[in-house]
Amino acid sequence: MASVPVSHGLILAGVLFMLGLSGVLVRRNIIFILFCIEIMLNAAGLAFIVAGSRWESADGQVMFIFILCMAAAEVSVGLALVLQLYRSMRTLDADAASVMRG
Amino acid sequence: MNVVFYLSAGIAVVSTLMVITRLNAVHALIYLIISLLAVAVIFYTLGAPFAAALEIIIYAGAIMVLFVFVVMMLNLGPATLEQERRWLQPKMWLGPALLAGVLLAELIYMLARVHPSAGGMVVGTKLLGLTLFGPYLLGVELASMLLLAGLVGAYHLGLRPPLQSHRKGE
Repeated sequence: MASVPVSHGLILAGVLFMLGLSGVLVRRNIIFILFCIEIMLNAAGLAFIVAGSRWESADGQVMFIFILCMAAAEVSVGLALVLQLYRSMRTLDADAASVMRG
Repeated sequence: MNVVFYLSAGIAVVSTLMVITRLNAVHALIYLIISLLAVAVIFYTLGAPFAAALEIIIYAGAIMVLFVFVVMMLNLGPATLEQERRWLQPKMWLGPALLAGVLLAELIYMLARVHPSAGGMVVGTKLLGLTLFGPYLLGVELASMLLLAGLVGAYHLGLRPPLQSHRKGE
């Protein structure tokens, strides 16, 4: 981490996180919302790796592995929910499921 | 190493921007894979080679394949063949291929050097394993319970449709 300043890595993580957040806010296709959640989780993991590299310890990578586990569990449940939504609503529009009834 | 970091950062930002602006889910998926590969290169330059390998194997490998399965399952219909024909046009795969080519050039450049991470200290797999199964043992157990919960949840949610169609048939 001597060659690249820490702030640049954190700025990159912040830019990726904001791109993912804006994607969640802008897109209405539920598959794209899941994509953008993945981008945000990945940016959080990047911030952990940058910090772990700065302090030259393995804690950042351990946290990245935990984020990876959480992303895997979240994607499996989220995609099952997407299939469920598509089977019942015949659409992938997130606004179609805005009413909590049946 | 500076050049590799900034080039990969640019690729990651550009491909992520393409992900949130594509209309077709499969196009966005390809750009998302490129973005994850670029982030893996960044991990490598930051002295975290094991995290880079995990990023490629689990994120770009397993999770993205799961997305591909679901996107392909949802695309069943009469328009599938015509869609397939449109996907093979060069203007669709030229952008991701170009970005992946730049990443490949970076990889070759890094492998050509004697010490891959010349700037910082490399946190290797041994230290990572000692930390993961030492002070963070409770976290590993909690992560395993989380994965079990995800497995059970996905199984339960995938099991529902036969009940619904049965109910509809009555």
